[in-house]
Amino acid sequence: MKYLTADFGSTYTKLTAIDAAKAQILATSTAFTTIETDVMEGYNNALQLLEEQIGKFDYNQLLCCSSAAGGLKMVALGLVPELTAKAAKMAASSAGAKVVKTYSFEISKTEQDEIFTIDPDLILLCGGTDGGNKEVIISNAKKLCQIDRNFSTIVAGNKSAASEVEAVYIESGKDFVITENVMPEFNKLNIEPAKQKIKELFISKIIDAKGLHKVQQMANSEIIPTPLAVLNGCELLSKGTATTKGIGDLMAIDIGGATTDVYSISAGTPTFDNAMIKGLPEPYNKRTVEGDLGMRYSLGSLADEIDIDALSNEIKVDRDVIDKWIETCKAFPNTLAKENSAHQTIEEGLAKYALKMAVERHTGKVETTFTPFGQMYIVSGKDLTEVELVVGIGGVLVNAENPNNILEGSKADKQNLMSLKPKSPKYLLDKKYIFASMGLLCSLDAELALAIMKKEIK
Amino acid sequence: MDKKVIVTGVIGADVHAVGNKILTYALEEAGFKMINLGVMVSQEEFIEAAVETNADAILVSSLYGHGEIDCYGLRDKCDEAGLKDIPLLAGGNLVVGKQDFEEVEKRFMAMGFTKVYPPNTQLDTTIADLNILFSK
Repeated sequence: MKYLTADFGSTYTKLTAIDAAKAQILATSTAFTTIETDVMEGYNNALQLLEEQIGKFDYNQLLCCSSAAGGLKMVALGLVPELTAKAAKMAASSAGAKVVKTYSFEISKTEQDEIFTIDPDLILLCGGTDGGNKEVIISNAKKLCQIDRNFSTIVAGNKSAASEVEAVYIESGKDFVITENVMPEFNKLNIEPAKQKIKELFISKIIDAKGLHKVQQMANSEIIPTPLAVLNGCELLSKGTATTKGIGDLMAIDIGGATTDVYSISAGTPTFDNAMIKGLPEPYNKRTVEGDLGMRYSLGSLADEIDIDALSNEIKVDRDVIDKWIETCKAFPNTLAKENSAHQTIEEGLAKYALKMAVERHTGKVETTFTPFGQMYIVSGKDLTEVELVVGIGGVLVNAENPNNILEGSKADKQNLMSLKPKSPKYLLDKKYIFASMGLLCSLDAELALAIMKKEIK
Repeated sequence: MDKKVIVTGVIGADVHAVGNKILTYALEEAGFKMINLGVMVSQEEFIEAAVETNADAILVSSLYGHGEIDCYGLRDKCDEAGLKDIPLLAGGNLVVGKQDFEEVEKRFMAMGFTKVYPPNTQLDTTIADLNILFSK
C-alpha cells in the first residue's frame, strides 16, 4: 500500500509519499500554493518535484488537509469572557480554526462592523449555561444575522434559548446548525460536539468556497483543516494506539509565517500540594494559536512585543541590522536567511521569543497566596511542568543552526516563575514536517503513522 | 417549575471548605439548583457565575472575620454587571471579635445586602427566607 498526503498551506503545498510495506517516508516535496488561480497547479508542481526524487509514484490513497486561503477563519462569541467566551474559543481552536477574535456579552454596532470586516468562514455562537442566561445569545443571534456576510453559524449555547435562536436564523435565511452547549453546566466544558460540527461544516461548505473542490474529488477521504491533522498527529504520538504505546505527555510548537501554534497532550493537573484549581477546566488535547506571533506575515506585531535592544544584546547583533531585517521580511515574506549569517541569528532570536510568548499564553499560571491557614497555590490552566518532551515544528526550527536554543523558550525560567512551563524537557524536531501528514494517515493506519513518527521525530 | 438558581461560595482568602459543602448539600435537598464556587472566591467570580447561569440569588459565606472587607462593593459591581436587584445574602463569622450583630447587620444592609445572618444560624432559617424571597 502506498499513500500520498498533501497539505495545502497558505504559502506552500507539501506532499509526502509513504510506503506502508517498508513503514517509511519515501520523499517529501514542496511547491508554492496556487489558490488564486488553480490549486492543482501547485499540487502538480510539487508532485513533479516528488517524482524527480523517486520516479513515477503510483499511490493507492490520497489524503489531504488544508490551511490555504487564510485557513479556517472563525469568530467566537460567548457571554462572560472567562467562561463561555473562553470555552467557545477553545472549542474553535481545537477544531483547527484560526480564531480571529472572541467577543463577549451583547455585541455592539462597532463589533458588528468588525465582524463584517473580518469576514469569517464560520461563527461559533455560545452563551449561557443550560437554563442560564438567554437574552444575550438571542440578541447576538439577531445582531449576527444583520451582518451582510456569507458565513455559517454553529450555535452551541444555552439549550433553553435554542428554539428562539433557531427562529431568528430561519427568518434571516442565514445558514446555521445547532448543537450541544460548550458549557452545559457552570465550569463544565463540553467542546466535542461543537468541534465535530465545525469539522462537518468545513467539509461541506468551506472546501468549495476555498477552491479546493478539485482536490476533494481526487482525495480518498475528506479534507480536514491542517491544524486538526497536526493535533491528531500529536495525540497519536503521545497516546499511541490500542496495541502500541505512545511516547507520553508532550508539547508541540509550530512556528509559522503567520501564526505560532502550540499543542499540548497532557492532563495538566497541578503537580504540587496545597494547590487550588481556579477557572475553566482545559482540554486534554489543547491547541492555541497566536495570530500576532509569526515569522513573516505577523512579524510586525511580534517585533512590537519584543524588546529589540535586549534581543540585540542577547544575540550580539546591532539593532540597526535587526530593524532592517525585520523591515525586509515584512516587505518580502519570501525572504530567507543565508546559512551562518547574522540574519539567521536574528531569525533564531525572534523565533525564540515568539515561541516563548506562545507557550506562556498556552500554559497555566500559578499564584502564591498567604491565607490565615498558610501558603496556598492558586492554579489556573494546565500545569505542564512535568511534561518531558517538547517537539519543534516549522521552517525556522528545521533550518536553524541550533534549534534547541529556540526550543529553550518553552522551558520554565526564573524570570517568570508563575508560568507552569515544562521544567526539564527533552527537545525533538519534526525535520521533514510530517505531523500533518501523519495526522491524516492515522485515520487509515494508526500503527503505521505511529511507527513512522517514532522513527522520524527525533 | 424550574428550580431557582443560587450561586454560593466562601469569599476572599477564606478556605473554610466544610460549611460550604454542608450548605450546598442542604440547599440542594431543599430544592434549589446550587452553583457552588468553593472556597477563596473573588467578587468577580460570584458575578461571572451569576451572569452566565442567570442566577436568582448570591449567597456569600465567610468564616475568617474579614467578610465585611471582602463584601465591600459587591452590590455596586452587581449593578454594573446588569444583575439588577439580585438578592445578596451573607452569613458565617462575618466580622472579627464579638461585635453587636445588629450593628454588623446595619453595615451589611448599607452595603446593599438583602439578608445577613449571625453565627450559628440554622439552615432552616436561610431556606425559609429564600423561599419567601423567591415567592415575591
